[in-house]
Amino acid sequence: MADDKQNDVKDEVAELAPFDPSKKKKKKKPIVQDGIDDSAENLAEKVETLSVSEGLESTFTGLKKKKKKPAEASLLNEESVEAGGEDLDDLAAEGEEGEGIVLQQRYPWEGSDRDYEYEELLGRVFNILRENNPELAGDRRRTVMRPPQVLREGTKKTVFVNFMDLCKTMHRNADHVQAFLLAELGTSGSLDGQQRLVVKGRFAPKNFEGILRRYVNEYVICLGCKSPDTILSKENRLFFLRCEKCGSGRSVAPIKAGFVARVGRRNAGT
Amino acid sequence: MSDLDIQIPTAFDPFADANAENSGAGTKEYVHIRIQQRNGRKSLTTVQGLKKEFSYNKILKDLKKDFCCNGTVVEDPELGQVIQLQGDQRKNVSTFLVQAGIVKKDHIKIHGF
Repeated sequence: MADDKQNDVKDEVAELAPFDPSKKKKKKKPIVQDGIDDSAENLAEKVETLSVSEGLESTFTGLKKKKKKPAEASLLNEESVEAGGEDLDDLAAEGEEGEGIVLQQRYPWEGSDRDYEYEELLGRVFNILRENNPELAGDRRRTVMRPPQVLREGTKKTVFVNFMDLCKTMHRNADHVQAFLLAELGTSGSLDGQQRLVVKGRFAPKNFEGILRRYVNEYVICLGCKSPDTILSKENRLFFLRCEKCGSGRSVAPIKAGFVARVGRRNAGT
Repeated sequence: MSDLDIQIPTAFDPFADANAENSGAGTKEYVHIRIQQRNGRKSLTTVQGLKKEFSYNKILKDLKKDFCCNGTVVEDPELGQVIQLQGDQRKNVSTFLVQAGIVKKDHIKIHGF
């Protein structure tokens, strides 16, 4: 049993989330009761109730194991362990008892006195973090940018349809983004009547995506906390990027077009 | 200890470039490699910001020979001399410049898509 657990540490961690809903429902009852108990008891007695509830929990998990073992094969051992761990987490989330987690049979190092492995501890921290305040865990959804929609206008021009949308999602001035795009593409272009960007030359959506990615890295993302929640401001000719999340600031390079070779007929103007 | 001594100069030192190596190539020491579309599926590659000490013509000669393409050195009023090559040679140029020891890899900026 212990061996099993040790081997399947990672699997467990990975599987925790998908297993969540079904398991939670099954085991909801004792938890709710606990919560009621807690609220019913005085605050002074809370420690006692905690210990009691823990006892309850362990008996419940034990029960579950016994119930399940004959019914289904050995695979379920891990599951039941997981389930136990999850109730505990629920408990922690609802009753605010951080200590309960450690005492219970949920981590693979329990029962043996080997050292904790980094991965396991990391998984534990993230599980706790995810349950208590999910927005702090690393897997918060980053702002997703829609892929650029690109049309061909004739054969020599490209229309970047959702240019304005993307500028808005990045919270950047369209002029700035446009200047960057055009400088990187090495062409000229302008906004048309429907606020689409018309660029001279033929470009695939992939090209725009790459450039936008570079733009985001350079002018949007905060280097300190990686949040895209930043403000670009111009202070006496220098551009500064200030992060709204962590308050850090940095200067960013102004956009320079660089050398543009003369393409096309030489005597076009004369 | 010796480790420390080595590490300090390799870390980014804002004044290192101004003092020692290339004060000629402008404020930023980056070498910009750009691409520019021409008619059809043709394109141009421009290399801008190489150090002034290098003989552009000799570099150009080797570039042309290596990539089997034509090219010129263009004089630009603001940016000085710019190497211009036919075709999309951005990858080739950057590997060439790094291998020849002309520029360090992190001083090359490849623009374009």
